[in-house]
Amino acid sequence: MSQEGVGAPLPRKEDDRLMRGRGQYVGDIRLPGMQDVAFVRSPLAHARIRAIHVPEAYRDRVFTAADLDGVLPIRAVSGLPGFKVSEQPVLATDKVRQVGELVAMCVAPTRAEAEDIAAAVVLDLEELPAVHDMLAAREPGSALVHEHWGDNVFLETLVDVNIAAALDAPIRVSRTISTGRQCMAPIEGRGTVVQLDHRLDQIVVHTASQMPHIVRNGLSECLQIEQGRIRIVSPDVGGGFGYKAILLAEDVALCWLALRCGHPVRWLEDRREHLTANANCREHHYRITAYAERDGTLRGIDCEATVDSGAYSAYPFSACLEAAQVASILPGPYDFPAYRCRTWSVATNKCPILPYRGVARTGVCFALELVLDAVAREAGIAPEIVREKNLVRPGQMPFENITRKHFDSGDYPEALARALKAIDVAAVRARQERGEADGRRIGLGLSIYCEQAAHGTSVYSGWGIPMVPGHEQASARLTPDGGLELRIGAHSHGQGLETTLAQVAHEILGVPVARTRLVHGDTAMTPYSTGSWGSRVMVMAGGAVAAACEELRDRAVRIGAHLLQAKVEACRFEGGHVVGPNGDVPLATIARTWYRRPQDLAPDTDPGGLEVTAGYKPQRDSGTFSYAAHAAVVAVDPDLGAVEILDYAIVEDGGTLVNPLVVDGQIYGGLAQGIGTALFEEMRFDARGQPLASTFADYLLPGPAEVPMARIDHMETPSPYTRFGQKGIGEGGAIAPPAALANAINDALRTLGVEMLHSPVTPHRIVEAVLAAKARSAPARARQAA
Amino acid sequence: MKPAPFAWERPASLPALLDRLATAPGSVKLMAGGQSLGPMLNLRLVEPDLVLDITGVPELRQARLEAGTLVLGACVTHADIEDGRVPDNTGGALRRVASAIAYRPVRNRGTVGGSLAHADPAADWVSALTALGAAVEIAGRDGLRTLPLEAFVTGALDVALRPGEILVAVRVPARPAGAAWGYVKHCAKIGEFAHAIGAVLIEPGTGRGRAVIGAVEGPPLLFADASPLFGGRIGPDFAERFDPGAADAALHAAGMADAVARHVHVTVLARAVAQAAEPSPQSLPEAA
Repeated sequence: MSQEGVGAPLPRKEDDRLMRGRGQYVGDIRLPGMQDVAFVRSPLAHARIRAIHVPEAYRDRVFTAADLDGVLPIRAVSGLPGFKVSEQPVLATDKVRQVGELVAMCVAPTRAEAEDIAAAVVLDLEELPAVHDMLAAREPGSALVHEHWGDNVFLETLVDVNIAAALDAPIRVSRTISTGRQCMAPIEGRGTVVQLDHRLDQIVVHTASQMPHIVRNGLSECLQIEQGRIRIVSPDVGGGFGYKAILLAEDVALCWLALRCGHPVRWLEDRREHLTANANCREHHYRITAYAERDGTLRGIDCEATVDSGAYSAYPFSACLEAAQVASILPGPYDFPAYRCRTWSVATNKCPILPYRGVARTGVCFALELVLDAVAREAGIAPEIVREKNLVRPGQMPFENITRKHFDSGDYPEALARALKAIDVAAVRARQERGEADGRRIGLGLSIYCEQAAHGTSVYSGWGIPMVPGHEQASARLTPDGGLELRIGAHSHGQGLETTLAQVAHEILGVPVARTRLVHGDTAMTPYSTGSWGSRVMVMAGGAVAAACEELRDRAVRIGAHLLQAKVEACRFEGGHVVGPNGDVPLATIARTWYRRPQDLAPDTDPGGLEVTAGYKPQRDSGTFSYAAHAAVVAVDPDLGAVEILDYAIVEDGGTLVNPLVVDGQIYGGLAQGIGTALFEEMRFDARGQPLASTFADYLLPGPAEVPMARIDHMETPSPYTRFGQKGIGEGGAIAPPAALANAINDALRTLGVEMLHSPVTPHRIVEAVLAAKARSAPARARQAA
Repeated sequence: MKPAPFAWERPASLPALLDRLATAPGSVKLMAGGQSLGPMLNLRLVEPDLVLDITGVPELRQARLEAGTLVLGACVTHADIEDGRVPDNTGGALRRVASAIAYRPVRNRGTVGGSLAHADPAADWVSALTALGAAVEIAGRDGLRTLPLEAFVTGALDVALRPGEILVAVRVPARPAGAAWGYVKHCAKIGEFAHAIGAVLIEPGTGRGRAVIGAVEGPPLLFADASPLFGGRIGPDFAERFDPGAADAALHAAGMADAVARHVHVTVLARAVAQAAEPSPQSLPEAA
């Protein structure tokens, strides 16, 4: 390994800019003549629009659906059989279907003035019953979000692999488990600035996006404008987490407005819009039954899973990806012989559900890991035993599981064993036995997951959504002074790609990381890509950068051989030099020769030069499987419900780590979000579909005091299918913590007869459950005494 | 999230401030640290015609001891108290309360007078200063009047200010010799508004005691004579004598129907009592 290549723990190049406050975000863009937009949003979750009254003075500053000639609604259709299509109007037409839905667009020199205009617009709405509960929404007689469907179900799916064979198992444990609705809450919200470039006849859209090329597809379809007339620029992005992998109606509306007004226009999402109108994720409901032998060996899992998909199918991931994925990934890292899972993606009068770091995996892990602990209690064995009995074993690799997921490599039992050692189970059990002086109760919780990442064409063509990843491409260009420029169509917004892709290039070409620049986030300058999602970029763009650099290297060797007056076959590339039998020539000289002294090149030199675009797919595109075992120790105050995380250990396997520091950062960040899911974050709605939090005073995020310094241990089992053996790991940190922490809390409160099955596990919910358990046991004690 | 248009003025003296308050047409809001009013303006929950910034009045920023009573100008910040820039007659009680209010940036700007006048039931000063027996000085064009804090805070976000009046100072009596202090709040996370507050000032020697259950729906629940919480008598053994059932019954009588909320409030009060019984120096009143 070289000092800067694959595996080197380099600090991130981009941090010099980002940590000094010199990042350049959409909100930093100032353009001459730019005006601000504020939207009139629906105050009701479900209503018919009778009229929109615009004061005469603002007629030319307010636009409604009636003005939007030629703009089509957003349609994110899935090809799965039975999927019902929703059409999300850019500005509401006859009905509004969620609080915060766009009704009118107001433009003014400043945001404050635009909000004044918005406040003067009066909506005449006829309120309809709101569909706010996904289970009730499935019942006959429910109000309908999309009347012409006849029900509220986007999609129902069923997988049944011989569940009948499990039904006679001696242990049968059923639970109802659910996860709260969340908001992703990146530091930077959404934002879009649109200007017209008359020279190139283009609409230039500066927008905080994880996937600029996909945004261009969507805008082109909605605006009915050819793609060549649209350029997407995604500058520095302050956290994405999936929220910025979505085409918003706001983006479409602003493009139309710029074309209409001629001057640049800007919309910057504020936190209230973020929380109440746009960013929703995670809400799952499970009725799950585990069948097992008395020794903990699983015989089967049977599950009914419902996902609250909200009012519309979001572009490009659709309303069904979350629930349909539940069915395919619920078995997690376990091997068992029988399985049934029925899923529903349900339409409600809430914001569309969007993919959030971990996507369906976090809910699935929560449901399965909690039910495994219930099996352990029922069988009277330790939770780690149940897991040891059922984990996929290294000898089975590569392993095809019960839903035909193809596990590429790994040693899951080893990860569990290391996590148990790191957390020191015996010491925790001894402390539990002793009890705490302050009356708190200690609990130990485990959680294991696998994360399919960088899954490609064969997987996504099956979902049939508007976006199917194919070959990933990257460009590599040597500059005349020997520097290197890399271009990728994916985006870096916290992943550290400016550093890690330079490391990949260094591994091949030996160019110092400091001399390598990553150009990304601009459809005018980068190859097409579906973008940054699904923990795919290090595998896909990493592979593509390597492929481009390898081709560049081969071309350089041919030029270098000529300069060395040697045969190509007699030369090799080493440490940034072409080395021949009688000397060597550095890459910078080769670059200078190609660009500045072409007279020195061979007459038959390759005219392709020192700029290469190459494509890449792993040998199998079914995805890499990274995984981790999390172990948590908590202290729970049963009287106040306060939970303190005393210790947290993570053993993860991301295959070959391109940069272990960056991987650690991804895990810490994911853990913080996982703690939010576990203990704090919840967007609740009332029966009228009103969101009950509009600021961070009501929507609680964990802060520095709530996130412990976790201990991370890396295993490195390379993937046999990827360029360096690397696996996608970007989301994993957020997947396991809710289950590990809930299991730890349940372990702590076990002797009180308390079992928490809904996330977030808030103090109020804990106290409520403790008091209820006491009330249940009091009559029993009274009977015993009598 | 931008405020509706409003005018802003910053009078330089108390008479000028009171004059403007009395004569300005339309609705007026006073701003001290702006830590609650700022967000309320941005969310357009309030849309005043005029915001009067009161931090330009020098005497509102001062603090002094007056025959043992601490007089804190309304614009003294939480950080001023936390950092010890004002005198202390409470044996460190005020500093400890101040140090756990929200986050440091909020404490740098937020003021004790603003917090009391805003009267958010979940805020610290409303409960802590009530337990310490504080009073407020109110100025109007007709002169000054003083009200005990429990008479000033009349409800959630509701106080006994008349039109044209402002809160100018808080008067905190000296903590009696031998008096034990306990203050505990329960938050879901550090810095968050409290879900429950318990505060007690106990004089085991004299048998006197005050107790407050705060972060309730209305004004804090004050036991000006806390002895019913201790089986009718306060003595050196007060911690052992604490009666959770009495506190629970009081909360029930005050209309708190939710058993979970009562349990949490009673627990927090019990912990404040236990804290008071600990030998000093006491630990910081961290969020429980």
